[in-house]
Amino acid sequence: MPVERIRTVVGHVVLMFGVAVSIFPFYWMLVMASNTTPDIFTYPPKLLVGSHLFENMGNVLDNIDFFGAMLITLAASVGVTVLVLFFDSLAAFAFAKYEFPGRNLLFGLLLATFMIPSQLALVPQFVTLAEFGWIGSLKALIIPGAANAFGIFWMRQYAKGAIPDELISAAKVDGAGFFRQYLTVGLPVLRPGLAFLGIFTFINVWNDYLWPLIVMTDPNRLTLQVALQQLNGVYGTDYSMVMAGALMSVIPLIGVFIIGGRHFIADIAAGAMKF
Amino acid sequence: MAVTDTIRRTAAVATKDPAPDKPPNKFRQALPQYAAVSPFFILFAIFGAFPVFFSIYLSFHSWDGIGPMKWVGLEQYSYLLTDPQFWKAITNTLIIWVISTVPMLLLALVIANSLHNATRFRSFYRIAYFIPNITSVVAVTMVFGSIFSNNFGLLNAFLQSIGLDKIEWLSQPWGIKVAIASIVAWRWTGYNAIIFLAGLQAISSDIYEAAKVDGASPRQTFWRITVPLLRPVILFTAVTSTIGGLQIFTESQVLFGSSGAIGGPGDGGLTIVSYLYDNAFGSNQFGYGAAIGWALFILIVLFSIINWRLIGGNDDERLTKRAARRANARIAEQAARRQAGDAETEERKELTDAR
Repeated sequence: MPVERIRTVVGHVVLMFGVAVSIFPFYWMLVMASNTTPDIFTYPPKLLVGSHLFENMGNVLDNIDFFGAMLITLAASVGVTVLVLFFDSLAAFAFAKYEFPGRNLLFGLLLATFMIPSQLALVPQFVTLAEFGWIGSLKALIIPGAANAFGIFWMRQYAKGAIPDELISAAKVDGAGFFRQYLTVGLPVLRPGLAFLGIFTFINVWNDYLWPLIVMTDPNRLTLQVALQQLNGVYGTDYSMVMAGALMSVIPLIGVFIIGGRHFIADIAAGAMKF
Repeated sequence: MAVTDTIRRTAAVATKDPAPDKPPNKFRQALPQYAAVSPFFILFAIFGAFPVFFSIYLSFHSWDGIGPMKWVGLEQYSYLLTDPQFWKAITNTLIIWVISTVPMLLLALVIANSLHNATRFRSFYRIAYFIPNITSVVAVTMVFGSIFSNNFGLLNAFLQSIGLDKIEWLSQPWGIKVAIASIVAWRWTGYNAIIFLAGLQAISSDIYEAAKVDGASPRQTFWRITVPLLRPVILFTAVTSTIGGLQIFTESQVLFGSSGAIGGPGDGGLTIVSYLYDNAFGSNQFGYGAAIGWALFILIVLFSIINWRLIGGNDDERLTKRAARRANARIAEQAARRQAGDAETEERKELTDAR
């Protein structure tokens, strides 16, 4: 069928054009990061990858504590992710599989917290953390986000369908307490759901900007995103160095996504369908 | 539950417990479950609920974060409503939201439709379209900032090469908005396309076949069947885009944060959250910052309700149901026709056999 075939080809052309638009900024980042700044400030512009990439990356390391910032970002992302996975799955397991007085009320309360935008209480949140003496410390990045309504809601949906009641009853007969049941019955079954929630949380913390901008006030202890913006602010005209920094900050996450993100996209779409 | 209860009861009978059957304390029994759900509620109480109530209190005061708080009543709010910068921040945010969201959702629908029809390279497309969404806004804004740059930006080089004049994108209020909207659209078009794709895949192919039999054109199929049945998914993307769009901040902060004026030239990139950030943390007006937070909250609630009314209202639900019913009726009719056809061919077959 020629008409069908033409439609398929046109479809792929449209999609490939979209892919090009999606990918181009990364290519352009690489082009700028691998040329010198005077090269960038010419007309016509250089459109191909140059040979100064390592030199520019070296300049980034000389001007900001890149690895220090990366370490803080990594610590915050791993810290939040581990705590979120534990607290959210534990709460989700209890909500999904057990009857207890006030369960529906508590879950309704949890859903209601969705309505509150994170910026609403930005100022008092900062004041609270300042009272605790947490401003500038890793605690400010990790503790407030250690459990969240989205994760519990999402894991509960997952747990409801995935964990068979018979397994829990069997564990109870064996004399396992609630926490044992969570460890031996809940966790193994929830593993695919945990993989999604883990990647989702890790990416969000890694890329977060407003919150670390406010609470990480010590210039020697910044997250990667804030350090990158600092680099941009101070050396804004040195495009090739700034772009080398941007490139270095983006690569680890794309690596995580490509390694762990195979089911991620399907899960995120499935989550939207439950809305 | 039932198993353990029976065991306990039989045990009690066996030992002939002299104590009368006391009803087990349900709350005490559920202690482990309460403990399991408590971390979220404790953290929310400290870092969510308390700050929300505190921010109401704070918004009635004037406070720089260090000195004593001064009660000012509704002054922060009355100042807010008369501050032209606040209204500019709202207008800017709404303009950026509209010029990013409308093209973004339309494009996403087109991409989702093409993805739905494509059988090859599906997982490649998905990953390629999703990668912008997981990339940090700070890094992306830097790249787009250079592309839109006034003097040696790629976009201006392109305009020059086809004989047009350069445009000082980042010096003009509307140019700034176009640049910010492009960043938003670039990051979220693929995400929304993936969500739409999931919605398309959930629509039964029977309905499409029925439409085909009825001779519906592709365009009619798209607007009369696909779009109505996709309504819940469209509502989801519209609501999330609205909430995200009203909270836009990082793009203009990265573009202009170090230039002294957080909104850029002519405050063209001043958004509600950057106005909040600048007042609260730039000039330490904590009371005023709290009041702006409440204004933002009210706006988000307002626009979510509008979205709901426009896209997910009852009328539309009825329409969708009617469309589905009509489609079902058509499928039934078709099936009947097919059966009739089968009967006919059978008859014919019998006839030929008879001959």
